[in-house]
Amino acid sequence: MILKGRVWKFGDNIDTDIIIPARYLAHTDPKVLGSHCMEPIAPDFHEKVAKGDFIVGGSNFGCGSSREHAPIAILALGIPLVIARSFARIFYRNSFNKGLALLEADIVDRVKDGDQLEIDLLAGGIAGPGIDVVAKPIPPFMIELINEGGLMNYLKRRLEARA
Amino acid sequence: MSMTITEKILAAHAGKSGVEPGEILDVKLDVALANDITAPLSLEEFDKVGAKGVFDPEKVVLVLDHFTPNKDIISAENCKTIREFAHKYGITNFYEGGACGIEHALLPEEGLVLPGDVVIGADSHTCTYGALGAFATGVGSTDLTYGMVTGTLWLKVPESIKFVCHGKWQKWVTGKDLILHIIGRIGVEGALYAAMEFHGEAISTLSMDSRFTIANMAIEAGGKNGIFHVDKKTEEFVTGRAKRPYTVFESDKDAKYREVHEIDVGKLELQVSLPFLPSNAKDVREVRNVAIDQSVIGSCTNGRLEDLGIAAEILRGKKVAKHVRCIVIPATPKIYRTALDRGYFEIFLDAGCIISPPTCGPCLGGHMGVLARGERAVSTTNRNFVGRMGHPESEVYLAGAAVAAASAIKGEIAHPEEVL
Ligand code: SF4
Repeated sequence: MILKGRVWKFGDNIDTDIIIPARYLAHTDPKVLGSHCMEPIAPDFHEKVAKGDFIVGGSNFGCGSSREHAPIAILALGIPLVIARSFARIFYRNSFNKGLALLEADIVDRVKDGDQLEIDLLAGGIAGPGIDVVAKPIPPFMIELINEGGLMNYLKRRLEARA
Repeated sequence: MSMTITEKILAAHAGKSGVEPGEILDVKLDVALANDITAPLSLEEFDKVGAKGVFDPEKVVLVLDHFTPNKDIISAENCKTIREFAHKYGITNFYEGGACGIEHALLPEEGLVLPGDVVIGADSHTCTYGALGAFATGVGSTDLTYGMVTGTLWLKVPESIKFVCHGKWQKWVTGKDLILHIIGRIGVEGALYAAMEFHGEAISTLSMDSRFTIANMAIEAGGKNGIFHVDKKTEEFVTGRAKRPYTVFESDKDAKYREVHEIDVGKLELQVSLPFLPSNAKDVREVRNVAIDQSVIGSCTNGRLEDLGIAAEILRGKKVAKHVRCIVIPATPKIYRTALDRGYFEIFLDAGCIISPPTCGPCLGGHMGVLARGERAVSTTNRNFVGRMGHPESEVYLAGAAVAAASAIKGEIAHPEEVL
């Protein structure tokens, strides 16, 4: 699966209160959540970002609360992938469950906003201006989950098989 | 095969005699928890997959604690949806209104979580229950739906990090200071994906309340779970609450750890974590001239009786500084009543505090004490991220109840010695 898009760069420890502040958590509508994504540090992010763009972050991306509203908000803006040095674990699970792909690679200090990247998702290849790296491979279990179409499709099939 | 307590609990729930870190297991659940923020997404998925019921109505727990008493129409609608779901599927452990407390204080108090359990909760501070010698971890709403329907979830066995604590605790110093110090030492991803296991005689002398506080903040170091061994205090806590049998697990002497940290709590001073990360921990004596607008004493971290008792001891006969709002939030109805019976409320009211019903409230900038631009709070909660308690340009300083109470009196961040 090849993805092409522009970079939006963020730093270390981008927590879920930044990705989607708690005051919007009563909402479940992805559109509403997306319109507040990254609001505390980049209030106009949701206007500037285009479908297919990527977020690139530093360490511990997605730390903090378990809110699944975070990957939902990112996905609602049309962002299919986050690349970061490392991810917090609940965010990691939530993202794959929701269909937001994550790649672990340390490129944040080598990119700037607007850089064009080409990603080979399953092989983990990341290519762009001055960059040609291979991300840490996505665990086979997560690939299986992607192939199943996410955790809920897997559950649905399990339930149908039972019935 | 030697194993840690975390490995043993997971192995037992996966029907295996031995497991190793990195292994992915299908684990049986004892409890699956959601709240008024995470349940709505979970229930949407529940409907979408066409589930006909939950795996065990007594093992699913729903607590409406975050935006309640309902702060606006949309939160009220969410609670209504969850209430109808609870009725429809016979969920007996559904908490709202006067029965409701902050989930991570409420579940142990009600005896719903016991030693040796595997608990998942759609709330990152589900790790709190590790204080009881259980494996407990936070998940998202989709994982929770899976767990709620099937009674199982895939989990990766984490590596374990051991924290050995010895020495004698100084006056006022509690579990909160220890965990802030540890996060300061190892960083906010120092325990990423790992189990944080606590040992040593300084842990045995610690109250259950303080142990809950420590386990609660394992997530703030990136941990998957925090865990303690069951001792006399744990047994005393569980006795009279447990309505089902439980199993006590213990780490083998030669179990493998990724790291071992030794801590002398005798040298530990009261801690404050500066904005905007829990790892910015400092001795309170080094934090000078930081004026505050609000002091919050509450939350799943420090809204228990020990915390309210410490606050009462410091606030007795004193007044909260004129420009400061001191908000006290007992974490559960039982804590609320006991605090009332012990005369704490009179002390708080005389001092000019605000007493809130049990709720998460200001902890996540929800309601009951949201900060304006440029305002600053000292808070016994667990997160001081940008905008956590309100405006993106407000600030939160994390501390235990002693510092929060002393600071409320002085009007700036203070050690209790400065006001007593
Ligand atoms: S008190 Fe704060 S940290 Fe605890 S469950 Fe509520 S919002 Fe989360």
